Amino acid sequence: MGVVIQMRVNGKTQQHEVEPRLLLVHYLRDVLGLTGTHIGCETSICGACTVLLGGKAVKSCTLLAVQADGADVVTIEGLAALGGNGGLHPVQEGFWEKHGLQCGYCTPGMILAAVELLQTNPKPKEEEIRRAIAGNLCRCTGYQHIVDAVQYAARKMAAAKR
Amino acid sequence: MATATRYMGRPLKRKEDPRLIQGLSHYVDDLRLPDMHYVVFVRSPHAHARIRSMDTSRAQTAPGVLAVLTGQDLGNAVGVIPCAAQLPEMKLALRPPLATERVLFVGEPVALVVAVDRYAARDAAELVEVEYEPLTPIVDPEKALARGAPVLHPQYSDNVAYRWELEGGDVGAAFQKADKVVRQKMVNQRLIPVALEPRAVVANYKPGENKLTVWSTTQIPHLLRTQIAAALGVPEYIVHVIAPEVGGGFGSKLNVYAEEVLVAHLAMRLGKPVKWTESRRENFQATIHGRDQIATMELAVKRDGTLLGLRCHILADLGAYYQLLTPLIPTLTGLMICGCYKIPAVRVEITGAFTNKMATDAYRGAGRPEATYFIERAIDMVAAELKKDPAEIRRKNFPKPKEFPYATPTGLIYDSANYPKSLDMALKKSGYRRLRAQQAKLRRQGRYLGIGLSTYVEICAMGPSSAMPAGGWESATVRIEPTGKVNILTGASPHGQGQETSFAQIAADLLGLEPDDIHVVHGDTAIVPYGIGTFGSRATAVGGTAVYTALVKIRDKLATIAGHILQEDPQRLVFRDKKIFLKSNPAKSVAFAEAVGAAYIAKALPAGMEPGLEATHFFEPSNFTFPFGAHVAVVEVDPETGEVHLQRYVAVDDCGNVINPLLVDGQVHGGIVQALGQAFLEEAVYDENGQLITGELTDYAIPRAWDVPRLETARTVTPSPVNPLGVKGVGEAGTIGATPALVNAVVDALAPFGVRHLDMPTKRERIWQLIRKFKPTGSRPATKRVGDGRGRRGRRKR
Repeated sequence: MGVVIQMRVNGKTQQHEVEPRLLLVHYLRDVLGLTGTHIGCETSICGACTVLLGGKAVKSCTLLAVQADGADVVTIEGLAALGGNGGLHPVQEGFWEKHGLQCGYCTPGMILAAVELLQTNPKPKEEEIRRAIAGNLCRCTGYQHIVDAVQYAARKMAAAKR
Repeated sequence: MATATRYMGRPLKRKEDPRLIQGLSHYVDDLRLPDMHYVVFVRSPHAHARIRSMDTSRAQTAPGVLAVLTGQDLGNAVGVIPCAAQLPEMKLALRPPLATERVLFVGEPVALVVAVDRYAARDAAELVEVEYEPLTPIVDPEKALARGAPVLHPQYSDNVAYRWELEGGDVGAAFQKADKVVRQKMVNQRLIPVALEPRAVVANYKPGENKLTVWSTTQIPHLLRTQIAAALGVPEYIVHVIAPEVGGGFGSKLNVYAEEVLVAHLAMRLGKPVKWTESRRENFQATIHGRDQIATMELAVKRDGTLLGLRCHILADLGAYYQLLTPLIPTLTGLMICGCYKIPAVRVEITGAFTNKMATDAYRGAGRPEATYFIERAIDMVAAELKKDPAEIRRKNFPKPKEFPYATPTGLIYDSANYPKSLDMALKKSGYRRLRAQQAKLRRQGRYLGIGLSTYVEICAMGPSSAMPAGGWESATVRIEPTGKVNILTGASPHGQGQETSFAQIAADLLGLEPDDIHVVHGDTAIVPYGIGTFGSRATAVGGTAVYTALVKIRDKLATIAGHILQEDPQRLVFRDKKIFLKSNPAKSVAFAEAVGAAYIAKALPAGMEPGLEATHFFEPSNFTFPFGAHVAVVEVDPETGEVHLQRYVAVDDCGNVINPLLVDGQVHGGIVQALGQAFLEEAVYDENGQLITGELTDYAIPRAWDVPRLETARTVTPSPVNPLGVKGVGEAGTIGATPALVNAVVDALAPFGVRHLDMPTKRERIWQLIRKFKPTGSRPATKRVGDGRGRRGRRKR
């Protein structure tokens, strides 16, 4: 009763037979072993499970793996490769520099939401950052250092383009 | 041997972060072991019911199922859920890990299923049939105490869990002398902690080695190990508990849960590794809740604003059973009810009530946010009653800096403080006087600005063992390896606080090394000596002091070795730049690694010295610490919609000396925003049937990034005399200080409408109703719509 699906995950083609009801987040975590994507609520509210699907930040806890058939998925484990400099992605760097995380559980999802924001809006105002990450909950930081981290990344990415 | 502070006090970025920002860390649910099976619990849908029968036969034969167990099947194999609290005449409420005869709250587990994967286990759990006979639910704690109310625990005659009293000074005389008595009933509502990582447990038993390893999302790995051994009746040495990466706790993981001991039992019983991961719904139903106190406060005051006495009755809704610290939390409220004020006479009465709900227990602040909220709201009412400025009423009643250590009538000794200094700084930073002028001007235009103050003190660094239920000390071992690298093993169990970094900063300074030379290990009972854990803002003040003291021991030994090599007095040596050298002649030096090597090679040690380089210290604090601060919130209330717009938040906190200001800011920000959740958004609601209707994050709003303006923070530094680092703790300051500032601001905004008090969360519909209900004695205040009506979530005015 399985369905064969194929997708590119962090640049690598994956093909598996899965139950149609298997959630994308369980596919990533349990089948592919990519446990950097976390589960916080199972209802699309908290955003801990955020991944990039075709470049867009989506919540993988309410998507079925079969819905992602044929898609290009980037998880936190594959983000550094997107940074293009061989090291951390500028958003990851920003989170480290600005203390944008405490327990780290929301962090992968939060970082990927910020990556999507900076792709579409390279110079976001504070209010725009707060709006863009409103679908990602953090219970530790109070968000201020996360905003600082995203601003840091925006500056860094702008400087790299120049 | 003076210590140069090259790293202590600096905003070092965290050593923890590289693994966390790359998805390379491992939380409990990330662990996978060969042949691992998954556990799903069957939970009661009723708040109060008798279990008539259970039929697990269909579940037993479902695909992939390894076992289905009920409480009957367990028999006495697993002991009751422990509670560490002991209060006089406290009724016991022992909870079996799986209910067998009656269920007392929605979400109480009655059976469990073990299967090859989580989908199969969930499918089979649906097939467990339980027949319940519903009983009358007891939801409202006031009704629970009424005569003739149905009784939760039939072995007792009523639902009173305990009564606790505290009295200091002549309360009767204080109230007789008073010019005015200000009285108010206030509700500090039930909250759900919502650590972003739900709980999870993995257990594995190896019969050959007779070794049970339990990975759990816990703040207290050693205490959990002791309790698992006790519950399973096995020697403690076979149990190994690991708290790997833990995704936030806020007290909700400072406990011993049924699921932890059951999963440990299953690994032994079934001979297979097993995992249980909590769903968010289970987390809401069956992980501890916080707060839930109803207080009646009375303050006796003189006309000039001098506080004479305080009477407080607290009704605490404890839920159906006790968890680890449930009964103790309200007593912390009692102890701290005077806040940062000189109140010569105090009487506190606490009644704990059983209701058909999940237990309350320690949630960030644990009793102190309630105390601070009650006293800070009451102080504002005194100011309003006497038509005085709330800042001046506060200042008038502060103990003066020279009065510290200051003894409270509740029996505590506040260690050190300068309350006027933090208040002055907060007033200045916020532009308080200008804000008041602006408020008056805007009111004339029909706009309602509110300015809320809170001056708080908290009890932290928990604590002296004499005042704690199960040990208040902390352990640390410093082990320097032959290559000169340093391991610090701490009994604290950080889960986001950053002690892998801050403890490395302490060690780098004391030993003259770099933070990268230091490795901090925590959360593993097989590696770290017995410790107490992380809670009660204790990790740095108690755990850090243990680290510091162990470091001093090892530094003394190294200095003796280096002195022996250099033929100099060890007292005159300095540790810096990976060298140990003579202060007066730095050229006379020995490399740090060489002195370390000498301790291990052991051919030329001073006579009688033990080889090796390891020191352990169990630090027992002589007192708690008492961080303090002053917060100012500025809100605007839209009189047409009742919406509250938080415009500014200014926080001046004093947590003593600071090891890493970046980490301290992070703790303060997070705490303030959690307090904002309580003040404006959050409320765990059980309906009259005892159903938790805020059962998911879809129905329970925790603050999002756009709910918060940029926080304006500052610090004063009053070192604590209780420990050599002079640190006080900061993990809970924000949640303790901020809630009353926010609510005081909302009430202040509504003062023209005759509003004197408003319970949390300050929902717009309640505010709207209060404004509508207002019958002015003079002319009705003008109202003007604020902004574009998109509400708190849509916009912020600056």
